[in-house]
Amino acid sequence: MQHTVRERWRSLAVTNADELMFGRAPKPVTCGFGLKLGEGKVFPELNFTLPTMMLDETNWPSVVAQYRDIGEMIVRASQRLHLPGLMVEFELLPPMTERPEWGAEITHILNEALATAHHSYGLPCALRVTPTDIRDATRPPSLRTGEEWIVLQQSLRMCAKGGAHVLSIESIGGKEVNDEAMMYGDVTGVIFALGVLAPRDMAFLWGDIVKVCEECRIVPGGDSACGFANTAMQLASQGMVPEVFAAMIRAASAVRSLVAYEQGAYGPSKDCAYEGPIIKAMTGAPISMEGKSATCAHFSPVGNVAAAMCDLWSNESVQDIRLLSGSAPEAFLELLAYDCRLFNQALERGTEKMYQDLLVHSDMHLSPQALILSPESTLRIARAIVAEPTHYLQTIAAARESLTILREALLGGILPLSIKERRWLDRLERSLDELPEVEEDLLEAMKERYGHLFLPESYGL
Amino acid sequence: MRELQDLADALINGYADRVSKLTNELLETGVEPQTILNEGLIAGMTVVGEKMRTGEMYLPEVLQSASAMHASLKLLKPHLVKEGVESRGKILMGTVKGDMHDIGKNLVGIMLQGAGFELVDLGLNVPPQKFVEAIGMHQPAVVGLSAMLTTTMLNMKTTIEAINNAGLRSKVKIIIGGAPVSQKFADDIGADGYARDAVKAVDKVKELLAA
Ligand code: B1M
Repeated sequence: MQHTVRERWRSLAVTNADELMFGRAPKPVTCGFGLKLGEGKVFPELNFTLPTMMLDETNWPSVVAQYRDIGEMIVRASQRLHLPGLMVEFELLPPMTERPEWGAEITHILNEALATAHHSYGLPCALRVTPTDIRDATRPPSLRTGEEWIVLQQSLRMCAKGGAHVLSIESIGGKEVNDEAMMYGDVTGVIFALGVLAPRDMAFLWGDIVKVCEECRIVPGGDSACGFANTAMQLASQGMVPEVFAAMIRAASAVRSLVAYEQGAYGPSKDCAYEGPIIKAMTGAPISMEGKSATCAHFSPVGNVAAAMCDLWSNESVQDIRLLSGSAPEAFLELLAYDCRLFNQALERGTEKMYQDLLVHSDMHLSPQALILSPESTLRIARAIVAEPTHYLQTIAAARESLTILREALLGGILPLSIKERRWLDRLERSLDELPEVEEDLLEAMKERYGHLFLPESYGL
Repeated sequence: MRELQDLADALINGYADRVSKLTNELLETGVEPQTILNEGLIAGMTVVGEKMRTGEMYLPEVLQSASAMHASLKLLKPHLVKEGVESRGKILMGTVKGDMHDIGKNLVGIMLQGAGFELVDLGLNVPPQKFVEAIGMHQPAVVGLSAMLTTTMLNMKTTIEAINNAGLRSKVKIIIGGAPVSQKFADDIGADGYARDAVKAVDKVKELLAA
């Protein structure tokens, strides 16, 4: 039953923290209309969504009109802002995935807008399309069979054919168990969800996505542990779970996100995958990140440090509403454009290390979640992962390394933690120590505790 | 009564076994089940809610207390039913049609149960008609709607309209919540209340039921 790791991820693409830098990736990717990622520049990744409105048959023409407007804005504003390049992300809303022709129609509209920008003034640009993982419509989710899986496959194919240059998804395999385990602070459940269930679903799903991308000659970008680690981050920000727990979940979630790359994805990773730096260290793929310029979508304690190793810098998502300056997507495109000018100036002048230090040090003493995203922490976690042979052991190793980093920082006076947080750090360390060596020994207990939430056959178990 | 305070303390600490043991002892010594419920369990959970609000307790600890409360309620329930004691109020909850975000809604449900309310959770992606049918079946005092997407929040309006059309609106209070919604939106769609988070949701439900 062991889920073993493909040979190729037994060593790191980056072995020195100084080489983990924004704008530079060991394995650059060229996509869309000549957009070169990881070759010495950071580009904005603009993401937008609908304002409050119905998304149904009767309203579909207004939805189309709204995306057309956004497309026109992108053509105009990218030139006004002298963008050196641009990634646009179209994140499908559920009905756009459930009706694959809808998702494909918007994909086509945005592709045409980018084509116009590229052909009229040479903007290097690409379109990332992210269908919704609709497989959790039933509970427990049936991940490998059923109507939702068939429709999701159609959506991926039709978006790929409709003009996507990069395909991504925020997949949900394992989330049904992780949600509950996280709320109860059950480390065993979290590790089971992230290290046993999620990698199996990732392998299943990404095998298929990579095939679609190969057929359509587009780029398999990567997945995001949003449903796991970003939920934890939000829970921590509401004071519901300790920050040290959210930090541990982030580190552990990198393993399931890496499975996309084992299956053949090669980046750019997804913006809300804050585990991206670990992926970059391991695979060398360019990554997309979000932080202070994504406050339109959610708050976070990692606003600056998240930028330290990015190749694309994103706003995650903003509603297409009118602001005093103009439309919100245009306002955020401008914000990202200025952020990227700073990255690129630093790269041009050779002061990137100094700039990176500012980004890292301005956050890392204030939050455990920020500390584990520093280049040094990233590399340590990546090293811990490659040293292990199975996804289960890798997940434990990543979690353990993140706690060791936090413990050392606490002892070294680098990271002040409240008594409550310290108690949880102790508790998390103890819980990891109690985990069995092999995942088989976990399965029966987990079926007993969480069997009502997941279907073993969804994971080939 | 010291024993009731012990029960509340054990509950606050999340000691399920001790809570069960103390509940049995109190029942055996003839303490009214309703007194045990109000002065032991609900009193304890009120402290837990307060500690959560002030950041002294995290959710996993709150859930441990909630589990302890469930264990005790299991023992109390037959006695409460026999004596015709009503629960603090029944709440029907669900994430509206088209929306699969449910962790926020689940948290609200947990906190409401902790505060002594009875919860009927319809899950996620719940169509308006299902809410209407469930109101008929469970006769809740409050209906809670959750939505996280700008394109599903209007399904709250549709749900309230369906409840209206079924002639059930005057029978229930309606509270809404979720990232994109606000008090103004609640007013616009004719909900009775809005809550920003799980702790505020409990306050709001109490307020609506007291009104
Ligand atoms: C009844 O009374 C009440 C009273 C209070 C109530 C209440 C009811 N309900 C909630 N509350 C309140 O109390 C709760 C506890 O304090 C609070 O609940 P919350 O849910 O707010 O808080 C939770 C404890 C923690 N918060 C969360 O877990 C949500 C965080 C964000 C980042 C988020 C996550 C994690 C997820 N997501 Co989603 N997600 C986002 C979120 C960003 C944001 N700003 O919230 C948002 C909402 N998602 C979005 C999107 C686009 C999507 N998501 C999707 C999927 C997911 C995940 C599965 C990956 C994951 C699941 C989370 C879960 N388990 O529920 C997809 C849709 C799924 C669907 N069919 O609904 C998908 C469409 C993405 C895709 N293409 O796959 C965006 C909305 C865009 C829009 N148009 O509105 C979004 C703002 C992120 C973004 N991209 O910017 C309060 O709101």
